[in-house]
Amino acid sequence: MKRGPAVLTGVHFFNGDVACAEGALAAGCRFFAGYPITPATEIAERMAERLPEIGGTFIQMEDEIASLSAVLGASWAGVKAMTATSGPGFSLMMENLGFGYMTETPCVIVNVQRGGPSTGLPTLVGQGDMMQARWGSHGDYETIVLAPSSAQEMFDLTIAAFNLSEKYRLPVLLLSDAVIGHITERVVIPAEEEIPIVNRKKFAGPREAYLPYLPDEDLVPPMVAAGEGYRVYITGLTHDERGYPSTSPEVQERLVRRLVEKIRRNARDIIRMEERGVEDAEVVLVAYGISARVAYRAMELARAAGRRVGWLRLITVWPFPEERIRDLATRVRAFIVPELNLGQIVREVERCAAGRARTIPVLRPGGAVHDPREILAIIEETFHD
Amino acid sequence: MTEAQHPLDHLLRADRLPHIWCPGCGIGIAMRCLVLALEELGRPLDRVVVVSGIGCSARVAGYVRLDGFHTTHGRAIPFATGLKLANPDLTVIVFSGDGDLAAIGGNHLIHAARRNLDLTVICVNNFIYGMTGGQFGPTTPLAARSTTTPYGNFEPPFNLPALVAASGAVYVARWTVFHVRRLIAAFQEAIAKKGFSFVEVLSPCPTGYLRRNKLGEALEMMRYFKAQSEIRHGADPAEAGIEMGGKLILGKFVDIERPTYQERMRKQLAMFFIEPYAEKVREEIEAEEVES
Repeated sequence: MKRGPAVLTGVHFFNGDVACAEGALAAGCRFFAGYPITPATEIAERMAERLPEIGGTFIQMEDEIASLSAVLGASWAGVKAMTATSGPGFSLMMENLGFGYMTETPCVIVNVQRGGPSTGLPTLVGQGDMMQARWGSHGDYETIVLAPSSAQEMFDLTIAAFNLSEKYRLPVLLLSDAVIGHITERVVIPAEEEIPIVNRKKFAGPREAYLPYLPDEDLVPPMVAAGEGYRVYITGLTHDERGYPSTSPEVQERLVRRLVEKIRRNARDIIRMEERGVEDAEVVLVAYGISARVAYRAMELARAAGRRVGWLRLITVWPFPEERIRDLATRVRAFIVPELNLGQIVREVERCAAGRARTIPVLRPGGAVHDPREILAIIEETFHD
Repeated sequence: MTEAQHPLDHLLRADRLPHIWCPGCGIGIAMRCLVLALEELGRPLDRVVVVSGIGCSARVAGYVRLDGFHTTHGRAIPFATGLKLANPDLTVIVFSGDGDLAAIGGNHLIHAARRNLDLTVICVNNFIYGMTGGQFGPTTPLAARSTTTPYGNFEPPFNLPALVAASGAVYVARWTVFHVRRLIAAFQEAIAKKGFSFVEVLSPCPTGYLRRNKLGEALEMMRYFKAQSEIRHGADPAEAGIEMGGKLILGKFVDIERPTYQERMRKQLAMFFIEPYAEKVREEIEAEEVES
């Protein structure tokens, strides 16, 4: 067997998990550590097959805690790294996720969501980890979460996740779900040179001049890798610009504010969404992942019945597109938010609408997607009020 | 006027002094032995990485002037696994305590030994959780008092050399911070050893362990280390369990050859892919032929 190409340019019929693995390889990922879990296992299986072909490293660890630890270690060796899991494994990763934010370690974590809590519904769809993705690790931090809605987006957004993680130096989460992970669809992989790749900013000056946590103007500090001679000390303790631990409230203020601000200040660069029919809409459906596809059908049915309904799909879920929802709230009557949990992102919509427009949840705790007619019925109600 | 330089200043972050350790603590001795071992070993120090978890011993990663990673509690070994596999040119040393490596991180310890990853794990065993103020841990001897065994410990402890040897480590030794020259030599051997090497370093915790068990000052523990130690190289580690106040079996218990994780991986993959694995395997075979 010959070495395969890293980028499988062409038209494919892939499931979402396989597309995700191919996206990672196209983004330059050369290290994967993971632990088997439904419905994310196919990502690990694809990486186990493909990484050796291109000289990368695949390792199956003893649990999800070890998986994320190894990913963080690989990233500090200068290699782009990823892990993939589902709810129970995602819960186990929370502490090391915080370590990733605190030490500003680029990496990608994929969560193919299933129904929870606990072991829940291993083989069935859910979107119950949206708030855990935002708030799951202790302390204050900001994160970036992307939510794919198709196998194609499992490819595209995995690349986007790597690029954002390298640009802003933090773990970026891809929150997929069991349907999008397992749906098999057309996936187009462009030519290698057409795929934009972002690599972390590196420090190239003399060792004496390097302060590991001295940020540039964009609030992101340039990085080095272990073994490059800079002799860095990296700790999850609150640290100053030298990377040295500190118990000073001023150092804590400076560090944690910066970790949060480097994302908030760049929210416009990070946030992506897709809209249809929002211009003249009286009611806007706000959804993400598989629920956005179901909501799209509900919008089509409502439009066919003459209702002015718009559709807003969150591609970036965190940071939440506050400005856009605030703006729309001044001119629509209601937001309808279908999601496969008992009320997570709907709270964000309600917070941003701030009473200027109604926010109506359409909720299921996972196990099955909505029937578009269920959403249509809610749309009709809002027009009869 | 120039300030006096300590001969090991180039290997220690003097700007981080004073360190956090209590008077009489043995961790500083173990750290000094590590830097002396590294200095004499002659490996390029820019490529040596020290990884730790959480606890008193874990602070070593931040006092040595090397690349140092102070990771999450118990997770030094899997973090080190990622570092080493992503850049095999690094010399990766895990330096942490018994609670970190054998309790919260126990699963990673046995799996890294099973895989025979090319890592060196130095475990300072002070029989107690020191940083949190003296709770019993997986190595606390039976009957010992701690803040969470106020009536005496009734959980049998791990015998760490036996645990890692049974799990597949290729180098296993135990010394105390009294045996400084032996310790330096053991660190050198462990670091030079290809595969998973493990050195247990018995050390006094005067604040968390000795005081509560009325075992005297740190010096008393050093006298105990001197008087009760029996050096038995090649001893069966299963017979080297530690009892409170009992004899301490020290020495090099295991020093065997077994293919490392990466050697096995390359060999397996070379059957399917010519490059880069087959070339690397050929290089390894040639290098071995030259040696022998």
